[in-house]
Amino acid sequence: MFESLTKYASPQIAYGLAGRLIPWFGWTAALLFIAGLYGGLVYAPPDYQQGDGFRIIYVHVPAAWLSLFTYMVMASAGAAGLIWKTKVSDAVARNCAPLGAAFTFLALCTGSLWGKPMWGTYWVWDARLTSELILLFLYLGYMALQSAIEERRTAARAGAVLALVGVVNIPIIHYSVIWWNTLHQGPTITLTGAPTMATSMLIPLLIMTLAYMCYFAAVLLVRVRGEILQQERNSHWVRQLILEGGN
Amino acid sequence: MNGQTSAWYAFSALLRRDLVLGLRYLADLTNPLLLFLIVITLFPLSLGPDKEVLRSFAPAIIWVAAVLASSLSLDAVFRSDYEDGCLEQILLSPYPAVLLAGAKILAHWLLSGAPLILFALLAGVFLYLPEAAIMPLVLTLLLGTPVLSLVGAVAGALTVGLRGSALLQSLIILPLYMPLLIFATAAVNHALAGHSIAGELYFLGAMLALALTLAPFAVASSLRIRLG
Amino acid sequence: MSGLSAFLNMGGYARFVWPAYGLSLLVLMANVVIPMWRERALRRRLRRRYEREQV
Repeated sequence: MFESLTKYASPQIAYGLAGRLIPWFGWTAALLFIAGLYGGLVYAPPDYQQGDGFRIIYVHVPAAWLSLFTYMVMASAGAAGLIWKTKVSDAVARNCAPLGAAFTFLALCTGSLWGKPMWGTYWVWDARLTSELILLFLYLGYMALQSAIEERRTAARAGAVLALVGVVNIPIIHYSVIWWNTLHQGPTITLTGAPTMATSMLIPLLIMTLAYMCYFAAVLLVRVRGEILQQERNSHWVRQLILEGGN
Repeated sequence: MNGQTSAWYAFSALLRRDLVLGLRYLADLTNPLLLFLIVITLFPLSLGPDKEVLRSFAPAIIWVAAVLASSLSLDAVFRSDYEDGCLEQILLSPYPAVLLAGAKILAHWLLSGAPLILFALLAGVFLYLPEAAIMPLVLTLLLGTPVLSLVGAVAGALTVGLRGSALLQSLIILPLYMPLLIFATAAVNHALAGHSIAGELYFLGAMLALALTLAPFAVASSLRIRLG
Repeated sequence: MSGLSAFLNMGGYARFVWPAYGLSLLVLMANVVIPMWRERALRRRLRRRYEREQV
């Protein structure tokens, strides 16, 4: 079984596979977004305390979840690149970073817009927001390291080490920030209130999260394909592909 | 000489060499400490000279200054050896890179982290640090400055020789220092409030243990990756 | 019509909810459009290069 998996490590095969997968993920994401938006904006009833303001949750929570998920993918792909020295996993890891940073940025902005009506300020040192901010710094540091190292393979391996160091640190950071937050602020309403959420509110949230995940897969594969073309531009198969105008 | 002895010999030889070099080029030693004091001074200038204000922020200011000074001093760990080719020689030697990385990190801590503890006490005088905070502060620094050196060395190894490496290194390392900062300052502040700080100290100890076991490997990997 | 305007008003929170959704849409679309754009530009460049090399 392993042998059949390793053939996907070939850039050419990965390119083809990604091309076939993108429409699936893309259309699924689109459908899920439509369903999720309807569910979140129309179907779910207004919250008892927060009225319609709580609906920001449907873009805030998925973004935050994806920001963490993307980091895990980035670190895993990096580890795969270190262990098996595959070029495709390097491409995946590298392209996760801007996406992860985008998700983190969205989580922070939507969190801020949620915070203003709820707590009166655009920023609050809530545990989740603070963790997201630190995560953004981790992504940006990773991207800075990648752009500072010119040789692609070395950059990928160095990035992989940094991502793995980050993975060890993320639970530590998360725990530290929660501890720090409860220390300094006392019990406050958390931004999710998930355990007390009604099912009618929860289902659109799950749908939106799935939508974001399919979106992530589609967009990542588009980027990876572009990277493969760029990296393999001197190879025969790319030459054939471009000249024939193929996909 | 059996293998065990010569590995230890290599470790202590490298340690001794780095310490001698560090003491010879005293500027490398004193500059971070000077930066530390300057950063400390920025706070009374910006917060005002009021004793009560400064005293309440003292543990936090001292630790932030320590973190900043440390992140900027890390450049020195690998830079000069990289530039004259010694770093490659060290990696090519038959001794385990992990051990040699450990030697360099220990040298760095002895030259920067340990003196920092003394300077922190001086900073405490400048910031009217209460007497009850002195022991907790020293304990957190004893547990924390090795972590600064260990984790910092990973960033140093990843960025060695790159353009703008000192800044890049700091960008990478500061988010990773944040949990340390949270627990160290909380420990000192809690001690001042009269609570027991055993929990915080255990956590700092755990961070140190984790860093001690993982960082040298990460450093060795990073050096091998960067130096091919 | 009051249904639509009530919906757009979001119980008074409109000026927070809609920017949040709008920004999300913007960033998500940008991450679709920009990579596709770049790939198209890359393909054009490569095509020109290969055709030149064939001559």
